[in-house]
Amino acid sequence: MAIAQPPATPRFAGSIRLAARQFPRHRAAMVGLVCLVLLCLAAAFAPLIAPFDPVQIKLSAKLRPPSLEHLLGTDHFGRDVFSRLLYGGRTSLSVGLLVVAFAFVLGVPLGLASGYFGGRTDNLLMRLVDAFLTFPPLLLAVALVGLLGPDIQNVMLALGVVQAPVLARMVRGSTLAVREEVYVTAARALGAGPGRIVVSHLLRNVVSPIVVQLTVVFAAAVVAEASLSFLGFGTQPPQPSWGRDMSEARRFLGDAPWMFLGPTGAIMLCVLSINFLGDGLRDALDPRAWRTRRTVAAEER
Amino acid sequence: MPLLAVRNLRTRFATDRGTVRAVDGVSFDLAEGEVLGLVGESGSGKSVTALSIMRLVPEPPGRVTADSMSFDGTDLLRLTEAQAREVRGASMAMVFQDPMRSLNPVLSIGRQLVEVLQRHQKLGRQAARRRAIELLEMVGIPLADKRLAAYPHQFSGGMRQRVMIAIALSCNPRLLIADEATTALDVTIQAQIVDLVKRLTRERGTSVIWISHDLGVVANLCDRVNVMYAGRIVESAPIRDLFQRPSHGYTLGLLGSTPRIDGPALRRLSPIDGLPPNLIDPLPLCPFLPRCRVSVAACRERAPDRRDLGHEHWATCFAELGPRAP
Amino acid sequence: MTALLQVDDLRVHFGPVGAPGTVKAVDGISFSVERGRTLGLVGESGCGKSTTGYAILQLVPPTTGRVLYGGTDLCRADSGTLRRLRRKLQIIFQDAHASLNPRMPIGDLVGEALDIHGLHKGRARAGRIHELLDLVGLAGHLIERYPHELSGGQAQRVAICRALAVEPELIVCDEPVSALDVSIQAQIVNLLQDLQERLGLTYIFISHDLSVVRHMSDQVAVMYLGKIVEMAGKDEIYARPAHPYTKALMSAIPVPDPDSEAQRQRIILAGDLPNPANPPSGCRFRTRCPIAIDACAATDPPPHAMSATHWAKCIRLEEGS
Repeated sequence: MAIAQPPATPRFAGSIRLAARQFPRHRAAMVGLVCLVLLCLAAAFAPLIAPFDPVQIKLSAKLRPPSLEHLLGTDHFGRDVFSRLLYGGRTSLSVGLLVVAFAFVLGVPLGLASGYFGGRTDNLLMRLVDAFLTFPPLLLAVALVGLLGPDIQNVMLALGVVQAPVLARMVRGSTLAVREEVYVTAARALGAGPGRIVVSHLLRNVVSPIVVQLTVVFAAAVVAEASLSFLGFGTQPPQPSWGRDMSEARRFLGDAPWMFLGPTGAIMLCVLSINFLGDGLRDALDPRAWRTRRTVAAEER
Repeated sequence: MPLLAVRNLRTRFATDRGTVRAVDGVSFDLAEGEVLGLVGESGSGKSVTALSIMRLVPEPPGRVTADSMSFDGTDLLRLTEAQAREVRGASMAMVFQDPMRSLNPVLSIGRQLVEVLQRHQKLGRQAARRRAIELLEMVGIPLADKRLAAYPHQFSGGMRQRVMIAIALSCNPRLLIADEATTALDVTIQAQIVDLVKRLTRERGTSVIWISHDLGVVANLCDRVNVMYAGRIVESAPIRDLFQRPSHGYTLGLLGSTPRIDGPALRRLSPIDGLPPNLIDPLPLCPFLPRCRVSVAACRERAPDRRDLGHEHWATCFAELGPRAP
Repeated sequence: MTALLQVDDLRVHFGPVGAPGTVKAVDGISFSVERGRTLGLVGESGCGKSTTGYAILQLVPPTTGRVLYGGTDLCRADSGTLRRLRRKLQIIFQDAHASLNPRMPIGDLVGEALDIHGLHKGRARAGRIHELLDLVGLAGHLIERYPHELSGGQAQRVAICRALAVEPELIVCDEPVSALDVSIQAQIVNLLQDLQERLGLTYIFISHDLSVVRHMSDQVAVMYLGKIVEMAGKDEIYARPAHPYTKALMSAIPVPDPDSEAQRQRIILAGDLPNPANPPSGCRFRTRCPIAIDACAATDPPPHAMSATHWAKCIRLEEGS
C-alpha cells in the first residue's frame, strides 16, 4: 500500500483552539467573565458614571441611608458611597490584577525551574522561598512598602512579592509530580529541549492548580491592600478603595450598615466572578473535564 | 445438583450516557470441584459476572437481575446485605488482579489474616495465629511463622498473591473466584500459582471460576470454558472441545490472535479487526458481527440462537465451523 | 552486514556507586543489532530489560559502557549531537496512554514530533500528519481527539505514529503490547511487522512474553538480574534452549491447547527473584536453578558457545561438551 497524498488536507484545530471552543460552554465562567468585565468598565469610566465627587466632604449630608439621590447612601463625611465604589474599584481591581500578574511572573518560573532542574537549584530556590514564607505576609509587605515608600505601585509590588513564594512552592510540587510522567520521558526521547518540555508538557499540566491559586491570590490582594491602607501604607485618605472603605465602615456598622454593604458587596462579587472564571478556565484547559463527546469506541459503531 | 446455577443474569449500570448492559443474559452451571474458565477481553462482562455472583456490584448505579442465581440451594439475589456478607465470608471468596491494592499497606500480613479468621471462623487469637501459619504454608510461603510480621511491601507480587489466596481460603470456601489473578505476575510465578490452584481443587474439591484473557492458562487449568463477548456467553464447551472445534467467530478470532510458543513459527497473526462494541445500544444482531471474519448471510438478518453441538458444547453462531486445522 | 547499533559492556547502576545498596539494574551486557532486524530482549520484571532500552536512548544515564550508533558513542555525545540523533532512535512504551500528554490533541501530539526537528513546516504539516495517521491505520477524524478518548490500541498507534514522525531507523519497543487485549495485541504486532517491512526499521523488542517475542524477533536475548544469560537466533533458542532459566521460562509459558498442555513437562522454579541490590555470588540464577551445583557460586559463568550464533552462560553446559 503506497501512502496516498490526500487531495485536500482538512484543517484541524490545535489544543488552544479546542480549549477556546470549550470555554463559552461553561455557564458559570461566562457569568463570571461578564461580571468582571462590567466591574472593570465601571471603574474605568467612573468619572462619567459617578454622580458625585468621591472625595468632596459634605458634612450636612453625612450617614444618609440609600435613596434615589444617593443610591448606596453616604458615609460619615457625607460622601456618596456609590461614587466612592466606582472610583475605589480603580484602586482595588488594579491592585488585585497586578498582584496576580506579579505573583505569576515571579512565582511560576521559579517553581517550574525548581521542579524541573531539581537537585541543587531546587534546594537553593526553595530555601529562599522558605525564608520568605517564615515572615508573616502582612509584616513582610509593610517592611517592603516601608523600604520603597508608601506608594500604591509599591504596595502592589510588595503584595506580589509576598504571594509569589506561595505560588512558587505549589508549582514546584506539581511540577515534581508531572516530571515523572511517561509523556515527559517520551518528549525527551523525541528530542525535545528543556524549553519545550517545560512549556508544552510541565506548565500545561500544572496550569489547573495555578489558576485556582491565582484566584485566591486575587482575593487576598484586595483584602491585604485594605489592611495596608488601614495601617497607612496603601491608598492615602481621602482616596477611595474598597478595602479601605470597608474597614472604615466597621465603625459605623450599627448606624450606617450601607456604608459596609457597598464595598463588601463589591469585593464579594469580584472574588466570586474571579472564582467562576478560574473554574471555567481550569475546565476548558483540561480536556478530560469536557463532557461534550461520546467515547470514540462508542462512536465508531 | 450444581453448586452454582445462574440463569439469565443481567447487570446494568446507569451512566449519564445511557444504560450500560455490562452483563446481558448470562446462564451457566458450575459443578462441585469444577474449574470453569471465563474468557473474554476487557469490557466483555466477565469481571462484572463474578462481582454479581459475589453480590459486590454497587447498587446503584448498578442493577443486578436474574431469573435465578442459586448457590448451594440458596438464591443469592434474595439475600440481604448482611446475609450476603455472611456467604462471602463463609463459602465464597474472590482473588483480584492487583494483590497490592487488595492488601492494607499499613497492617502486617499476619494481622490481616488473623483478623479475617477471628471474624469469620470465630477463632481465638492463638488458634487464629496457628491457622494463619498453616494457611501460609499451604499456599507455599516458606518460613510462614516469621513472615506473619511482614508488611505487604516487603513481599513480591507473587507472594502477595499467595497471601490473597490464603486469605480467600481461610474460610474453606466452596467457591473461589479468581479475577485475572495471575495477569500481573511473571510467567514463572504464574506457573507456581496455577500449580497451587490445581492442587487446591484436587485436594479440597474447591470449585473455581477462573477469569482470564489468557487462553493458554485456561487450557492448562480449566475443565470447561465460557467465552464471553459484549456481556454474553457466546460459546461454552468442555476444554478440549473448545480448542479442537471452536464454533464461534469470536473464539476463532481469539485463537488466531494468540501467538504461540510451540508449533511452527507463523509469520503473521490473524487479529480481530476493529474495536469491541459499545454496550449502551447493542445491535439486535450478533454483537460480534462487525468484526467477524466468518459471518454468513443469516448473521445480517437475525440474532443467532444457542446451537447445540453435542458433548455439552454450544455456541451462538450461524457459521458452520468444522474442526480446527492443527 | 554491519551492525546498526552496538552495545558494549553496558552497565546501569542506581544509588551510590560502589556502596552496598547499589542496584545493578544492568550489569555488563553486550549485543549488536543489524539494520532491518529485530532483537528480542526477554526476561521477567526486574531483570533490567526496560532499563537497557532506556539506557540505549540515554533516557537513564549509563554508568559505564558504550552504545555505538553509526560510529558515534551515544554515552559520550554532547547534548546537541544527542538531540539530533534522537531522530534516528525512537521508543514506544508499555502504557501508551501515559506516554501521551493528556492535554494535547492527537494532531498536536504528532505535530510536536515534526516541530521538534523542524520537519514539514507550514502548509505541508497538516498533510504530513494525516499521512502519518494513515500509515498506522488511524482515521483522520481522530486528529482533534484527546488521548483519554482513545482505546488502548488506538493510543498505542498514536505513540507509534509519533515515533515514526521523526523518521527513525531504530525503535525500542518497551513491552508495547503487554497492556492490550489479545485481539488488539495481534493488531499492533502485525502493524509493527508491516512498518518494519515498508520502512526498513530495526527493532529492539522488549517483552516478558516469549510467545510474542518469538513472533517478532530474528534474534533473542534472555536476561536475568541485569545480565544476558543466553542469546541465539530465534529458531535455535526456541528449538534448543540451553540455559536452565530459558528452559524454565519456556516451560512456564502456557500453550492454548489442552492436549499439549497435558503432555508438557513444566519446570516450576522455586522462590522469587533475589534482591537486585544483593544478587547471589557467581551465577545469579543459582538460587532458583534446578541443576545448580556448588561450583556455580564460585564464578560468574563465561559464555559457552553452542554454535556460532548461540551461546549461554552456564557452567553445567561445559560438562556435556
